[in-house]
Amino acid sequence: MIEARGLTKSYGDKVAVDGLSFTVRPGIVTGFLGPNGAGKSTTMRMIMGLDRPSAGSVTVNGRQYADLAAPLHEVGALLEARAVHTSRSAYNHLRALAATHGIPRGRVDEVIDLVGLTDVAHKRAGGFSLGMGQRLGIATALLGDPPTVVLDEPVNGLDPEGIRWVRDLLKGLAAEGRTVFVSSHLMSEMALTAEHVIVVGRGRLIADTTVQEIIREASTNAVLVRSPDAAQLRTALVGPDVTVSSTEADVLTVTGLSAAQIGDTAQGLGIALHELTPQHASLEEAFMTMTRDDVEYHGHLAAEPTVLEGERA
Amino acid sequence: MSAPTATPARPTQERVTPVRAAKSEWIKLVSLRSSWITFAASVAAVIGLGVLICLVTNNHWTEMGPEERLRFEPVARSLAGINLAQLAIGVLGVLVVTGEYSTGMIRSSLMSVPRRLPVLAGKAVVFAAATFVLMLGSAFVAFLLGQRVLGSHGTTLDAPHALRAVIGVGLYLTVIAVFAVGIGFIVRNTAGGIATLFGLLLVAPGLGQLLPASWQPHILPYLPSNAGAAVYSVRTDPGMLSTWTGFGVLCAWAVAALLVGAVLLRRRDA
Repeated sequence: MIEARGLTKSYGDKVAVDGLSFTVRPGIVTGFLGPNGAGKSTTMRMIMGLDRPSAGSVTVNGRQYADLAAPLHEVGALLEARAVHTSRSAYNHLRALAATHGIPRGRVDEVIDLVGLTDVAHKRAGGFSLGMGQRLGIATALLGDPPTVVLDEPVNGLDPEGIRWVRDLLKGLAAEGRTVFVSSHLMSEMALTAEHVIVVGRGRLIADTTVQEIIREASTNAVLVRSPDAAQLRTALVGPDVTVSSTEADVLTVTGLSAAQIGDTAQGLGIALHELTPQHASLEEAFMTMTRDDVEYHGHLAAEPTVLEGERA
Repeated sequence: MSAPTATPARPTQERVTPVRAAKSEWIKLVSLRSSWITFAASVAAVIGLGVLICLVTNNHWTEMGPEERLRFEPVARSLAGINLAQLAIGVLGVLVVTGEYSTGMIRSSLMSVPRRLPVLAGKAVVFAAATFVLMLGSAFVAFLLGQRVLGSHGTTLDAPHALRAVIGVGLYLTVIAVFAVGIGFIVRNTAGGIATLFGLLLVAPGLGQLLPASWQPHILPYLPSNAGAAVYSVRTDPGMLSTWTGFGVLCAWAVAALLVGAVLLRRRDA
């Protein structure tokens, strides 16, 4: 269980995390979603006691991280940046961390085996590929067999087989009753892994909801209609809860009516339809729509750098 | 896949203790090749350079003028390697800390020991202990071999202050080790840490000579390398602090660096 209350972090006058409040519950995978620069990593670093909040607090199992007597047995973390000495072997890296909690060597061998690094356990971690580095990070997170796991972009750099492995691992950990908190900037990845998502943009909470709900909202129920008599059909369709827009002379985009209702109306008026297609926004589009106003660095904004402030909700 | 993690009844959960943190630091120290290389270099410096200088001295004895013979002091000759060894020990002391910051390892270290200070204490204790044992042993070897090479010009451990000077090599380098760890935690950057350490140890005494003569007695004896020199010397330079006062001043530098490092470690984001 992770609880953030009014969590805020600013660097100078730049606010990276702005009054975040959320609860991450055990037993499910909770996704932490947001564009790059949204404050996901900073939030995770505050959870893990690496960064001190400017205001507010975040607790793990009811206590601040620094107050945990045996932190590796409470929370395990993989943070975005590598946290391994490049000249040390994976085995010695894990053994040194295990020593702080008196964790036996047997557990070190176990987690190395679990993440599939047995063959390279005695090689320098600096020579690891991105994917191997991620696996070592996951081994580190699981070292103390913690009931809570925090992972920042765990599938970064993994091949498709590795991505699938992480997905299964996360779901497995949640099924065992653990609290699993995973960040990503890919909605599609979260849709496959998480049940619940916390969406942030520019440090602020945008949504704290289930993946089902986001999928439901993502379906805008718009219907694309192509007809030679588009203008006449438009007049017939428009109503109080119906909006019709048009990009081409013979194409209408209708929201507020089902495809069946539109088809019936057209038939009643004797209007020919050449196309009648329900539109479903993809999850990625839903996510883009949600965070459009909160993306920190728009590609086309490169020339006008500071228009970020002044629109606080 | 899930078998090793699926242990609902978790094994005994041991807490973090300062001793465990120190044990972790010991594993970190001995699991890096650079530690072994640098320690080997410092042993080679103390023994090799000391014996070499004794050898050269002995071979040139007949050519030495009366003034040079008057300045000759056999203990110092055999312990001359300390000057080179402090470079190796100082660099390693800084690296023990800054190597973690440059690679990101520090985040793993602080996540496993979130109270943070046991990490600093563990590093200082483990590195100081390793330095003391290795450098004390090396100093004895350097002294005994050096005096044998000096032959009739040599001396023994029974000579006044000789034993204290040999032990002083171990003491001086151990405090330098702690000083370096403290600076590492303050500066957090390898190049900056090494520059700061050797700026204070090697450059400051030279720059101090450029100060007005009336200021020098108030500054020069208190610089760390000047203050610490008495503990490994048989003769104390005029104008410098006495043996144990000087050593105390060097210790104060190291303790101050460690304290500032500790405060910053607690305060700063990692």
